[in-house]
Amino acid sequence: MSGQSPAVVSASKLGLTFQTNDGPVQALSNVDLTIGKGEFVSFIGPSGCGKTTLLRVIADLEKPTAGAISVNGMTPEQARESRAYGYVFQAAALFPWRTIERNVALPLEIIGLSKAEQADRIKRTMELVNLSGFEKKYPWQLSGGMQQRASIARALAFDADLLLMDEPFGALDEIVRDHLNEQLLSLWDRTNKTICFVTHSIPEAVYLSTRIVVMSPRPGRVTDIIESTLSRKRPLDIRETPEFLAIAARVRDGLRAGHSYED
Amino acid sequence: MDSFRSKIIPVTTILVGVVAIWYVFAVILNAPFQRDLDQRANETPGAVEFIGKTLSQPKPTLPAPHQVAVNFFQNTFLRSVTSNRSLIYNAWVTLSSTLLGFAFGTALGIVIAVGIVHVATLDCSLMPWIIASQTIPILAVAPMIIVVLAAIGITGLIPKALISTYLSFFPVAVGMVKGLRSPELMHLDLMHTYNASASQTFWKLRVPASVPFLFTSMKVAVAASLVGAIVGELPTGAVAGIGAKLLAGAYYSQSIDIWSALVAGSVVAALLVMVVGIAGRLVDRAMGGRPA
Repeated sequence: MSGQSPAVVSASKLGLTFQTNDGPVQALSNVDLTIGKGEFVSFIGPSGCGKTTLLRVIADLEKPTAGAISVNGMTPEQARESRAYGYVFQAAALFPWRTIERNVALPLEIIGLSKAEQADRIKRTMELVNLSGFEKKYPWQLSGGMQQRASIARALAFDADLLLMDEPFGALDEIVRDHLNEQLLSLWDRTNKTICFVTHSIPEAVYLSTRIVVMSPRPGRVTDIIESTLSRKRPLDIRETPEFLAIAARVRDGLRAGHSYED
Repeated sequence: MDSFRSKIIPVTTILVGVVAIWYVFAVILNAPFQRDLDQRANETPGAVEFIGKTLSQPKPTLPAPHQVAVNFFQNTFLRSVTSNRSLIYNAWVTLSSTLLGFAFGTALGIVIAVGIVHVATLDCSLMPWIIASQTIPILAVAPMIIVVLAAIGITGLIPKALISTYLSFFPVAVGMVKGLRSPELMHLDLMHTYNASASQTFWKLRVPASVPFLFTSMKVAVAASLVGAIVGELPTGAVAGIGAKLLAGAYYSQSIDIWSALVAGSVVAALLVMVVGIAGRLVDRAMGGRPA
């Protein structure tokens, strides 16, 4: 499925070792991965498996110490400099002194867009994440879910084809999370972006992804890559179908095979 | 009602307590001299009359609160503001050099902080000297500054203001270093993903994040500036200013004058801190701060 489309992210034998006071810690080891255009790839695994580190390497927030990686055919640094991706953090990371619309405008100011172009993009992305009418509010006036939606709007306003999301809904309750998952899928469907999504929730990974990358800790590595057989259109109740449960079971098996459930 | 209970009552209680203790000590401290006077005049006043006399001496060891209040009132409201005995005139002289020194000090503090945050060498080399500068007693430095500057022809307002600057740049520098470094790692990473330049990160992230720190340190700095201006007036032979009033009062044992100049100084300090506080709150509100 992903074989024909051009590679957005391509990693081979990728490794990253942090030098700490307690000696070297191998955060990533021997990661081979290719992500095609328009894919929705989830990275799942227990904490410490390197899934966030892998995302940060793609984003040029960490430098790999072994192997090779390319983003859109460039080094991650060149890709970052050409503003190839939007990044969504675990927390909304909005600037408290800016209104929601000024927060969404932040990356646009940095690229140097005209005021008119900024206003246009703000309007479009605020509609995409269902936040129209909240432009003039400050972050503290919004709920956690709305803040995270604003931060997604900020990443979308950047208008990069690649969206990197690091457990964006991890701090939200399940009801809000379901809702945002549904919205994210429809957004992905409409915009045809490539999304890399880090999570530690099996249902979330299976529900969202076209491919699921299962990772294990000590050292952080990829233990399994599962192609989803679900169609692109996914109502929430797809999660009760046998097909969904079968994929979830495979993910769980993959985690177990990587000793993720051991202490 | 709430603010009455939570603020006015406790503050008033302490005030009444302080005034009561003050009266007690005024009687105790002024009594020996009064006893001496009475002995020479061969008088033996009763207890009430004796206490009354200790509280109305013209040059008491410790003036009673009402003596200070009367002196303060007369010299503030009953004199023309151009008279050099007017406390308003003297407070203005001190205030003008305080404000100039405070402006210099805040600007210098910010410049130093920006340098320290952006240049690693300055972080290592400058910080110890800044801390050392504050361990030197200002009373020792002040006359030297005045004399050195007078030698190169700079006199008047500037030397006094520079002493204020010397005291006020420090809290601003320290506070702003902390403020400019206060953005969370996540916010810095965010700017990195946008490939933002150092100056964009500075203006759009570090500066707004440091604003609360700036106002907190400016509150300390403005009070320090006032102290600097008063201290600056002592060795300069200044003819006007709160410091000059304190010195003149000390020369002529006008203890009541000293105390009312002291009160004037406190009033100015309180007003300055309050103005900075209000400015800070207005800026915070304009930057979307959550009403407390």
